[in-house]
Amino acid sequence: MERYFDIIVVGAGHAGVEASIACAKMGLTVALVTMDLSAIGRMSCNPAIGGTAKGHLVREIDALGGVMGILADKTGIQFKMLNRSKGPAVWSPRCQSDKDLYSLAAAEMVKSFANITLVQDTVQSLKVEEQQSGVFKYSIKGIVTELGSNIQCKSVIITSGTFLNAIMHTGTTQTEGGRAGEKAANGLSDNMLELGFVTGRLKTGTPPRLDINTIDFSKTELQGGDGNPKPFSFRTPLESFPIQRQIDCFLTYTNERTHDVLRTGFEESPMFTGRIKGVGPRYCPSIEDKISRFSEKPRHQIFLEPETLNGETIYMNGFSTSLPLEVQEKAARTITGLENVKIVKKGYAVEYDFFPTHQTNLSLETKLVSGLFLAGQINGTSGYEEAAAQGLIAGINAGLKAAGKEPFILKRSEAYIGVLIDDLINKCPEEPYRMFTSCAEYRLILRQDNADLRLMKYGYELGLLEQTAYDKMTAKKELIHDVMNYFSSNTLTPKEVNEFLKENNSSEITQGEFISNLVRRNEIKLSQLIDKTILKGSNIVQGLVNNPEVLEQIEIELKYKGYIQRQTEQVNNFNKNEEIKIPEDFKYDRLRSLSAEAREKLNSIRPNNIGQAMRIAGVRPSDISALLIYMRG
Amino acid sequence: MNVNNYDTIAAISTPIGEGGISVIRVSGDKAFEKISSIFFKDKSGKNNFDIGSLKSHTIHFGYVFNRGEIIDEAVLSIFKSPHSYTGEDVLEISSHGGVLVTQKVLAAILSLEIRHAEPGEFTKRAFLNSKIDLSQAEAVADLIKSKTDSAHQSSIKQLEGSLSDFVKKTRQDLINLTSLVELELDFAEEDLEFVKKDELKEKILSLIKRIEGIIATYISGKVIREGVNLVIAGQPNSGKSSLFNYLLKTNRAIVSNVEGTTRDYIQENLIINGVLFNLIDTAGLRFSEDEIESEGIKRSYEKITEADLILYLIDASDKEEKINESLAYYNHHIEKEKSILVYTKIDKAEIEKQNEPAISLLKDDSIESLKKLMTEKVTGKGISSGSSDIILTNLRHKVCLENVVASLENSVKTIEDGMTGEFISVDFRNAMKYLGEITGEVTNDEILNNIFANFCIGK
Repeated sequence: MERYFDIIVVGAGHAGVEASIACAKMGLTVALVTMDLSAIGRMSCNPAIGGTAKGHLVREIDALGGVMGILADKTGIQFKMLNRSKGPAVWSPRCQSDKDLYSLAAAEMVKSFANITLVQDTVQSLKVEEQQSGVFKYSIKGIVTELGSNIQCKSVIITSGTFLNAIMHTGTTQTEGGRAGEKAANGLSDNMLELGFVTGRLKTGTPPRLDINTIDFSKTELQGGDGNPKPFSFRTPLESFPIQRQIDCFLTYTNERTHDVLRTGFEESPMFTGRIKGVGPRYCPSIEDKISRFSEKPRHQIFLEPETLNGETIYMNGFSTSLPLEVQEKAARTITGLENVKIVKKGYAVEYDFFPTHQTNLSLETKLVSGLFLAGQINGTSGYEEAAAQGLIAGINAGLKAAGKEPFILKRSEAYIGVLIDDLINKCPEEPYRMFTSCAEYRLILRQDNADLRLMKYGYELGLLEQTAYDKMTAKKELIHDVMNYFSSNTLTPKEVNEFLKENNSSEITQGEFISNLVRRNEIKLSQLIDKTILKGSNIVQGLVNNPEVLEQIEIELKYKGYIQRQTEQVNNFNKNEEIKIPEDFKYDRLRSLSAEAREKLNSIRPNNIGQAMRIAGVRPSDISALLIYMRG
Repeated sequence: MNVNNYDTIAAISTPIGEGGISVIRVSGDKAFEKISSIFFKDKSGKNNFDIGSLKSHTIHFGYVFNRGEIIDEAVLSIFKSPHSYTGEDVLEISSHGGVLVTQKVLAAILSLEIRHAEPGEFTKRAFLNSKIDLSQAEAVADLIKSKTDSAHQSSIKQLEGSLSDFVKKTRQDLINLTSLVELELDFAEEDLEFVKKDELKEKILSLIKRIEGIIATYISGKVIREGVNLVIAGQPNSGKSSLFNYLLKTNRAIVSNVEGTTRDYIQENLIINGVLFNLIDTAGLRFSEDEIESEGIKRSYEKITEADLILYLIDASDKEEKINESLAYYNHHIEKEKSILVYTKIDKAEIEKQNEPAISLLKDDSIESLKKLMTEKVTGKGISSGSSDIILTNLRHKVCLENVVASLENSVKTIEDGMTGEFISVDFRNAMKYLGEITGEVTNDEILNNIFANFCIGK
């Protein structure tokens, strides 16, 4: 059977969902191929979206017209802004999700696009055609599936998650499969190896799920959500938010006894016995890893998080393990509140193939096969948000390629998504990559609150973002601009403001002071300044009263002006090097003065510009100088 | 083309050591005029070249003279502005190789109010005159660095080695501090102990102090590149000019037995054991009714305060009373850190001075050991006898370190203002960037690696 779709997306996880919807919105026909139609947008691990830096990604995905934020808002059962005690740049939204509702909402969203066709099947191999000239060795033609389907296409986006040659480990038991109860996908990896790709092995893990009825929550600490929850999506109406009933989570701790019990299982640990060859994420270590590496720590946090609103399972956050089930349960029962706990789904580790990212361009298209895009865990990342961000970008670029347009690449100075992909391609991580705010150099500018101002123009131009959202952003931008102008050109007199200043322990003024300077004072809150002074009556400020988002932007921009300026300078310096393009077919081998390592790395990564070249691990400043001299001829 | 008006500079452009030829490069608008006065067509020393009238990109055979004596036969290459490496008028004298000859030619050039070039200065000018861009300049500098191998260069390299160790260590300290700050931001939910803001501030302040200590050594580092300002001081008739002349092996300074003969200071350049000394002979230190001489003495005092190294001479053959008087002056007025007390005329002296270097112009080996002491004093721990063995030898490094300090000071202010980690880290990042400019970039990975290595995190 032969069929044709513009784009084939392989895998319907968080990357696959974003990729197919992006392509569909760009007017292309999409085949979304998944091994299990009931697993669309499944939360295989933590029933949560967002968190530090990850929350930024979700906001950016939303601003570009992606769906993760909307899905999270629809299905979130506890919303929390992390890092509230810090400055606004590192505030990060996070929510607990009802994982079943999330998956249903994702499926519903996908199905709402008439030009997306769902295909339940497994891809066996890629069909390619050898290229006679150009930078690619092959170009993609289509896929062949296990069930014998032959699907033609312009581009293939592979978002296969942990499923390629996946092996699950619990104790000494090994099972083939990418997720508990789900089989692995074995043909595709081998097929890609034949084409000349290289693969690596990574490992990730998940904690046990607990029976909610066997936990004594009264002995644990309550972890509530924010009183005034904020949605992820700029497009979710505030009036009807939150949509789902909100729930609590709970916190308890391991203790020395827990650690002793866990240690009894070490000799059966697939990690310590070397049966797991893949490299695991250091930031999300298994509990056995934590107690062996940090043996001086007497206890570790365990968050008890409901997986669904009405269901019976609790996600045991902080207890990721691949020890034998008996050990898992025995150890869990040493923990306060879990004395009688029953494990309903054991923890396990999963090893899977990934494609080290030196094989991929910043557009997420492979260097070997034109029209073949890779996104998500297959690129060595971990996390739903990281996957979704890549899926979105891969989808956009597959769409642009189909239209014969240049790829869409976000700079490090524009978005966390830019940082994510730039890190992936240039650093070629050897452990699962997770987004952190410390990965972003320019985070005072890349805030979650201004993701719309930064990125909606792109989402709109690409055809992913609705007119209404775009118009709302434009109006917001204009209002910010007008108010900022007003504040920096109008003054308040001592008579108008001194009483207010006094009340707020702020030094009084002796002559008229610009409003912007008053707002800049740490102890002054803009909302109160407006409320308590004649500003309230002014026309321009009227627009602010019902617009807390604009108020927030203005306050941030004014209060942190010095820092933001310093950061803007850093960005300007950064951009200088980004603008020096390196020709696509640059012959690094001709450059004798390059160090051998630099030559190898430059040849394999083929940076677009000098800035990117500078970020490649192993490329030294002297190599960059040599490169620049040579390019000048 | 050459819109920038810089002084004329010269330096040996080939590595110092035994070789077929050595090339000395001179660049600047006075190059042709000045060198014309020492480059002659024949051995008579009468027919000098008028280099300015010669065509660009031509070579000429001739003789280099210094004060009437032939130093070497040499080939002169002429590059007229703007068609030269630096964009300025450039000439290159290819002399016979060998340390002594080459340095003699250089000394002859440096006696013409031509300044000794700093390392990389030709390239810097090429950059400033838009002949090359900054990165090209840096690449050339790297090339030069990797090729030179003179005693002088290697001593600098050694000093730079300790600098890069210092930078490495400081960078690691900064990474540690940044990690502490980042940890708090990225792992908000983890139950981790974070550094207290006061402690953080203390740590930054001690870091600033350490870096400032290094910046303070810069003067002496500069000295090594631009030359050591050496002042020969002492009471009248203590043998200053004799030593001065002896060191130069010339008769440039007027020497006489009448007190106060040297009425002004005289400057000469000399390379001793690979270190360039700018010798300054001063008028004797005493009060004088003679107006002209008083002016000379006043200048002597100025020179003494500007000096990097002072040779303070005491005539060992003098009466004990006068020796003590001079010693008292030395003890009161001369900085011990940057001076050497030298007893002179020991061949005529009755008492032996054993604790201090003692010389006689009649004993060559006594001068040799003084020379050794002089170079040790400037390249070793002598002048910058602060807490570290680092001497900052490069202006760019100094500026980088100053920027590091400024950034750290910003971060201290941020802490004092009660701001949180993401603001503190803006300036940490700047500080690391500036440190990175000395040795290589710091990557974000390093910070994360550090976090993972030292803290238990992850739910």
